[in-house]
Amino acid sequence: MNFELLPFVKSMISVAGLSGYEEPIRDVIAPVWQELSDRTWVSSHGSLHAMRYGEAQEPRPKVMIAAHMDAIGLMVTGIDNGFLRITQIGGVDQRILPGQMVTVHASNSGEVVELPAMVVMPPAFLLPKDGSKGSLPQKYLLVDTGLRPKEVEKLVRVGDTISFATEPRELSGGTISGHTLDNRASVAATTVALDILSRRKHLWDVIAVATSQEEVGGIGATGSVFEVTPDFAIVIDVTFANGPGGGGVGSFDMGKTVALTWGSCDHPALYEAMKATADEYEIPVSRDFAPRGSGTDAYDMQIAKAGIPVVELGIPLRYMHTPVEVVSVRDIKRAGRLMAEFISDLPLDFMNNVKWE
Amino acid sequence: MARKVENAKKYSPKLGKKELELLTRLSNALAVSGDEQEVREIVYEELKEFKDCMHTDAMGNVLVNREGTGNDRVRVMLAAHMDEVGMMLTKEDGDGLFEFVVVGGVDPRQLVGKPVIIGRKHIPGVIGAKAIHLTTKEERERELKVETLRIDVGLNGSNLVEIGDRATFATSLAVLGPSLRGKALDDRLGVFNLIQLLKNAPENIDLLATFTVQEELGLRGAKVAAYHFDPDIGIAMDSTPANDLPDFDGEENTRHNTKLDGGPAIYLMDGATIGDRRLVKWLTESAESEKIPWQYRQPGRGGTDAGAIHTARAGVPSVSVSVPQRYLHSAAGMVRIDDVLNTLKLMHAALLRLDKNILNPQERK
Repeated sequence: MNFELLPFVKSMISVAGLSGYEEPIRDVIAPVWQELSDRTWVSSHGSLHAMRYGEAQEPRPKVMIAAHMDAIGLMVTGIDNGFLRITQIGGVDQRILPGQMVTVHASNSGEVVELPAMVVMPPAFLLPKDGSKGSLPQKYLLVDTGLRPKEVEKLVRVGDTISFATEPRELSGGTISGHTLDNRASVAATTVALDILSRRKHLWDVIAVATSQEEVGGIGATGSVFEVTPDFAIVIDVTFANGPGGGGVGSFDMGKTVALTWGSCDHPALYEAMKATADEYEIPVSRDFAPRGSGTDAYDMQIAKAGIPVVELGIPLRYMHTPVEVVSVRDIKRAGRLMAEFISDLPLDFMNNVKWE
Repeated sequence: MARKVENAKKYSPKLGKKELELLTRLSNALAVSGDEQEVREIVYEELKEFKDCMHTDAMGNVLVNREGTGNDRVRVMLAAHMDEVGMMLTKEDGDGLFEFVVVGGVDPRQLVGKPVIIGRKHIPGVIGAKAIHLTTKEERERELKVETLRIDVGLNGSNLVEIGDRATFATSLAVLGPSLRGKALDDRLGVFNLIQLLKNAPENIDLLATFTVQEELGLRGAKVAAYHFDPDIGIAMDSTPANDLPDFDGEENTRHNTKLDGGPAIYLMDGATIGDRRLVKWLTESAESEKIPWQYRQPGRGGTDAGAIHTARAGVPSVSVSVPQRYLHSAAGMVRIDDVLNTLKLMHAALLRLDKNILNPQERK
């Protein structure tokens, strides 16, 4: 490999990059993708595009890989005696917030100052009756920067973003834990694919896209479909892993499989083709059911322009949307390899196979 | 009442690199009540010079009897507890997953979505939660009970930890401007300050330094330590809540208990002890004459090791002095560095002016 996978994953989950504010994560991905592609550029919505030209004569068919890079998090709504009041960006369960370490990206002084801070739960006597027990509504939670009120007023303003600050940690059995592995695990898998492809022949143009604003509804990915006009797209995101809070249908053993989505967003011919590749290269895959559409970029990309065929891969992940998400590095590699094998095997006339019966 | 101090050696404590390093080690150590070994080791290492007058008792308390040199020395017991609230692994529940119980007063709502460390080797683990995508609104409005949570150390992780191991939050001490953010500052700040006091102890007293165990389980270590020392007076050096946050509807918060930046909190009364009035007066007068900011801890509930010390044997006049702290018993507390140093300064200044007259019954009035 031309890049170190584990350090790259750790560096990606050590930075912010909330939906609409993706600069910090884009700056981590861009230099790595530059090395593995012919050119990179940034879309109007802030998605990062990396183009690897295919070997066929122009005009060549194009496949787009979409992996969102944005993170869920918080935003400052007010300042109260030096404490910050907050709202959320993306889906944040209020129950994971009390006592969480965060970084406030404070911009009131003209430059962005990163303030370490924590989300805190006021004592019961400072809350209304309904707030003193059960899970505490987000509107009552505060963020404390440890700074005195005057300093806070000087540095922080309404609208400043707050990102999770949980540090990356390696757990047992080749797993890694931290915030925003949803979906930087998939950006890592896409990077693995680009890395393999950089040493392979492939006829098709490959455009890897680290999409923006997925957590608020496929905003970046949709724009990129218009800009890139792919013949079809591979969407890679995380899916649920077995373990506490997981289990049952739609939940997979971490470290053992890549999920292949079967549902209304996924072109059946692409599913079959991807499954065939997985079988051929003995890459274990499992079927993930999404009959009413999946909550990924695929949902929006499928209906962009005149509609494009989409296939979805999923990396099993525990504790999704908490700052202690867990994923298996082996699954990241597997998903990357599956995409690379699939793409490097694509014949020029592949789209002739992507047909309705 | 207090003796006059002339040409007293000025003691100006600082939180320099060395001190911050010690406090970081203390805060990051895993020493859940009943398993205080990691902090005990740090105390022994820091107090090598006292090895001849230091021992560990039957419960695990570390006791240091530092004798002074003057006449009529008051025998002062200073207690700081080494233990912290935390968790114990109780049952394996699949590959690398463990059920656990909490030790001491931990609000279960503080556990969700936190990195933790387990056992002497600080094996990393996490307490996760169900993905928000799989929850209902009703579900999210209910708090998650400890029985439903698991500590996850990762795949094939079952052999790395054992049931019975203690666990705590994986928080590293951090400096946030004028503040410190760290776990177990209740009461590693007390341990830190007591170590500093021993190293700079005034000669006019016998300093009976007590690093106690099991405070969080009911002031249990201090009880036997006070029996052992049979001191003239007892002082618990602890940390107390600063509930100085804004009220949700803008009402004035008059029940803050203490405030950050208010200086050391002197106790008149808590749930376990009515502070000896002579000692309260001695402390407040010492603070005033040294121009050290101080505050009363608002009388109320709670308790410190003074609760156990003052009822030892025939009774020991006792009081508590605490560093005000926000968010005790969670993944991290928050204190002002100034409050930590002022607490140390006050204790030193007060001890320096302490003599036997303080125990004169007339001083009670």
